Amino acid sequence: MARETLEAAPAVNPTYYLVEEDEHHAASGGGTLLGFWIYLMSDALIFATLFATYGVVSGNFAGGPSPREIFELPLVALNTAMLLFSSITFGMGMIDMESGRTRATLGWLAVTALFGFAFISIELYEFASLIAEGATPQRSAFLSGFFTLVGTHGLHVTFGLIWIAVMMVQIGQRGLIPENRRRLICLGMFWHLLDVVWIGVFTFVYLLGVLR
Amino acid sequence: MHEQTFWTMLFGRLSWESIPLHEPILLGTFIVVVLLGLGILAAVTRYRLWGWLWHEWLTSVDHKKIGIMYMILGIIMLLRGFADALMMRAQQAIAFGGAEGYLPAHHYDQIFTAHGTIMIFFVAIPLIVGLVNFVMPLQIGARDVAFPFLNNLSFWLTVAGAVLVMISLFVGEFSRGGWLNYVPVANIQNSPDTGPDYYLWALQIAGVGTTLSAINMVTTIIKMRAPGMTMMKMPVFCWTALCSNVLAIAIFPVLTGAFALLMLDRYVGMNFFTNDLGGNPMMYWNLVWIWGHPEVYVLVLPAFGIFSEITSTFSGKRLFGYSSMVYATVVITILSYLVWLHHFFTMGSGASVNSFFGIATMVISIPTGAKIFNWLFTMYRGRIRFELPMMWVVAFMLTFVVGGMTGVLLAVPPADFVLHNSLFLVAHFHNVIIGGVVFGLFAGMVYWFPKAFGFKLDPFWGKISFWGWVIGYWVAWTPIYVVGLMGTTRRVRHFDDPSLQIWFVIAGIGALIILVGILAFVIQIAVSIRNREALRDTTGDPWDGRTLEWSTTSPPPPYNFAFTPRVHDLDAWYDMKALGHAPPAEGFRPIHMPRNTGAGVIISALALVLGFAMIWYIWWLAALSFVALLVYSIAHTFNYDRDYYVPAEEVARIEGARTAPGAA
Amino acid sequence: MPRQGNGQWARSFPRGWGKPAAVLLAPLLLLLAGCSRDVLDPAGDIAVQQRNLIYTSTGLMLLIIVPVIVLIIVFAWRYRAGNREATYDPDFDHSTSLELAIWAGPLLIIIALGALTWSSTHLLDPFRPLDRIAAGKPTVAGEAPLTVQVVAMDWKWLFIYPEQGIATVNELVLPVDRQVRFDITSTNMMNTFYAPTLAGMVYAMPGMRSQLHAVLNRPGDYEGFSANYSGEGFSDMRFRLRGVDAAGFETWVVQTKSAAALSTPAYLALAKPSEKVPPAYFGSVEPDLFHRVLNRCVPPGTPCMHEVMAKDRQKGGSHVSHGAQPAAPPPAPAKPAPAAPHPHDTSFLEPGAPTALG
Repeated sequence: MARETLEAAPAVNPTYYLVEEDEHHAASGGGTLLGFWIYLMSDALIFATLFATYGVVSGNFAGGPSPREIFELPLVALNTAMLLFSSITFGMGMIDMESGRTRATLGWLAVTALFGFAFISIELYEFASLIAEGATPQRSAFLSGFFTLVGTHGLHVTFGLIWIAVMMVQIGQRGLIPENRRRLICLGMFWHLLDVVWIGVFTFVYLLGVLR
Repeated sequence: MHEQTFWTMLFGRLSWESIPLHEPILLGTFIVVVLLGLGILAAVTRYRLWGWLWHEWLTSVDHKKIGIMYMILGIIMLLRGFADALMMRAQQAIAFGGAEGYLPAHHYDQIFTAHGTIMIFFVAIPLIVGLVNFVMPLQIGARDVAFPFLNNLSFWLTVAGAVLVMISLFVGEFSRGGWLNYVPVANIQNSPDTGPDYYLWALQIAGVGTTLSAINMVTTIIKMRAPGMTMMKMPVFCWTALCSNVLAIAIFPVLTGAFALLMLDRYVGMNFFTNDLGGNPMMYWNLVWIWGHPEVYVLVLPAFGIFSEITSTFSGKRLFGYSSMVYATVVITILSYLVWLHHFFTMGSGASVNSFFGIATMVISIPTGAKIFNWLFTMYRGRIRFELPMMWVVAFMLTFVVGGMTGVLLAVPPADFVLHNSLFLVAHFHNVIIGGVVFGLFAGMVYWFPKAFGFKLDPFWGKISFWGWVIGYWVAWTPIYVVGLMGTTRRVRHFDDPSLQIWFVIAGIGALIILVGILAFVIQIAVSIRNREALRDTTGDPWDGRTLEWSTTSPPPPYNFAFTPRVHDLDAWYDMKALGHAPPAEGFRPIHMPRNTGAGVIISALALVLGFAMIWYIWWLAALSFVALLVYSIAHTFNYDRDYYVPAEEVARIEGARTAPGAA
Repeated sequence: MPRQGNGQWARSFPRGWGKPAAVLLAPLLLLLAGCSRDVLDPAGDIAVQQRNLIYTSTGLMLLIIVPVIVLIIVFAWRYRAGNREATYDPDFDHSTSLELAIWAGPLLIIIALGALTWSSTHLLDPFRPLDRIAAGKPTVAGEAPLTVQVVAMDWKWLFIYPEQGIATVNELVLPVDRQVRFDITSTNMMNTFYAPTLAGMVYAMPGMRSQLHAVLNRPGDYEGFSANYSGEGFSDMRFRLRGVDAAGFETWVVQTKSAAALSTPAYLALAKPSEKVPPAYFGSVEPDLFHRVLNRCVPPGTPCMHEVMAKDRQKGGSHVSHGAQPAAPPPAPAKPAPAAPHPHDTSFLEPGAPTALG
């Protein structure tokens, strides 16, 4: 073990206390990002649970409609594009944040929110037409799993939209101060994670559902 | 007719019938709780403590105070959970032959459900989280946790969950689905009442708190260790806390997901766990046990850490096999995620799957066995001071090995076919949870109490508490092992065979002996507070400790350390003491600290209202509280003024007032 | 320990293992002397083997548990602070050979126990037809097992004897020394079918069929019950298990045949939740009743699960099945369900599957 260092230590008169305080409490930004990232992992696990559940029940139509009968791939592809674009525009906003351009950052955030809003609108339209066709979440375990998985993702996007709006107000009020930058980085991680999850949804739920 | 709909709109399904005025046991409990509550409120008002309570405690973001509040919550809920245990023991001791006992099925089923739920979620978790909260930042030489406000919020969310469970005692009823709220029993078709909803909302709200707390602790350990403290120089308790919290982050989302799906089944009529329309109840069992088995390790790993610290301190020796202890902890963490199916070998998953999970389960006993040996060889060639914490350790080791053995036995699938759901199984998990987690918690509470309050706990009442628990445990659970081997199974309200009765009577006596242990613990605290001057520890290091928490005063100042310690070796404080190193007495600098906030209390209160409204179908109130929750949380993010500096003069004043810790 | 037979089971156990186990278990056995019942003194061969496995495994583990307990006590006493004669070595914190030993010891035990687990789990798999009636008595080649269909209801047990065309409630009568195959399902709750004297328990689950192969070797009156909590009437969900000889069984069947019929309406009335139901007998049963229960289509006009699932399959669904065998179409009347070694699909329960996504 570290006995040797200990025995050698008195010779060099080691410091046992930091007389010059470091900033390891003040700038807990690193901690925030790590903590938020861990939170995202836990969120990803909720999605993993929903994916697994969907995987188990995805064939249980209970005599009701099957994916092939109800999924409209072109609509979903459009929706996917909306979300992917929103990730790109968020990235553009982050570049502007790095260079400290407040107005440009706000502009890109607005564009991102518009894409996100389009995504939610299309998803709600899809849900409404499914329910109108009788493909309700109560109809079969497959549809329960579908609405829950896709709906949970949609709720996350909705929450992201609220967050973007709040962020825009806060940046408008205080500018790109360190706290706001840190929050924007967290929001960015959140937003991109939703993209990653959506790619999973698009592949496993929609594409595989229709192909099967 | 119109009036009817109006009241339904206003109160949902809540009505006078929801209040169990016809149940004398509940009514009595209710009156006692109300009187106690009023008494406490009156005392707080009488002594004008509201302001102090609010500013110093309820809104505190100090990890030490939050830790202490967690412990208080856990102990209060232990009394409730143990009352349930006594009622079950009494029922099973008298309900023989034709006798049905004093509890009807409707009530008995709620009691065993509440007992398990409370003991795990609102006793074991708060006590473990509380100890980790209090001790870990001190051990790593930090001034607080990574997210102090989140810590406060986590605590209050846990309280909100506990309050919901307590409300269910007097308004409506609790779940009758077993401690994991099993479907199909808890499906809306079979339990249309509020029971499962109370369960789900209480645990969802508390579960969010637990997850956030785990994220907080992991970030703290990774980011905020004192300079020089590499991972392999971290105290074992911190390692176990890290693994336990990593595990918690990995499993609680699964539980949250499973409960959310059951909520969707119950509220929206979806078909995840229903018997028809493609639902699959077994899926629920898989999901809750993916959480459930690792949860055991979430609880027991920090207990292992406590035992490691205490064994090393009271043997006056470095911990034997530090690195193998760390690796064992990590291996247990990983393996515990791969064994959940052993909770239902008898569901017909086939021999190969059963063998895999059975053997994986047994493999966990290898690192666990290594830990036992490590403690053993820490004692070897030591100078063991048998003070209370160390007594708990030896009792733990002797008790836990038996529980480990019966656990491995249950992991052999064909043996499990006869022991599954038996009282042998029930005895096994009480053996490891009481023998492992509870003994560990008591050891930890006695060990760190002087650090938290500046005086030791009274050893006389502590010994009575200790012997009450240890003797009580063996008297209560040995008979249950025996009747389990005789083919008696769990959750049964009455038995036919009168020859079994004697065993249940003995078990009941054992439970009463444990009650003596619990009451002695409460008395111990009261006596110690009264005699605090005699028990006072002015050194900050009453046990000749080895880790950093003993290097500061007892109780520690709000900022823990005036100067952040620099670590050179494992057992950092022992190292400093060996070299006669005292902290500087001057040259203080301002210290950056987080500000207290009431946001945690308010958000949790709103969550509580939301939960209650959803349970009773009071939709307007649910919507209102949800919107309030959202708006208040957003408003809270507009507060950028969250920290302040303790001026250097203030630090100098506090440090001057305290006794120098390293003086001894 | 009982005399080892020459069946497959016996071959997987070295003869000597019983003895140390019995010696080490002596205190526990003493404790249980005079009160050992169904689990430790069972009347069925499967339960006997399960009990022997408990003894063997416990013995194996005691090989390490007993020394550890002794060491804890010895060290705690010897190295107490008051004993100044004991060596004090505050820096003794590492020893490679000792650490190797403390990892290797448990490892060796677990390897032995793991091997035992693997073989015994496969040999005692409830889905697996028996190859012996008792120690040293192999099953008669060509003799089909007696089939009993078990339906767990809220809160009573329905036993259907399809070959005899009779049914009983809360009383199970079995001929001794004859292999029995139980097909098990449930109407609503999850229960376990458990007669401790006969064999270990198996879950009864709605919409799924699980199986248990077992044999009763001693005539007599025993008890069985549900060992998995299933709601209000659970504690009284008990049945009588009667073991009779072959002739006695025939007589009982003939007697029972004179009882009333279990028609669909009678079944639906029976299926309503009820508690503390006394034994009842039915002289005839609709031949496909069990399969309609399993497929959740007893009430006239309800679609059967297997038909729904067949329709789903045509649309690409129903690819994933449950743990135990899911509902299936009724078998050909001549021979009830073929006993494949592993007729159940375990894809859902493959390790890691539920966590592999995302």
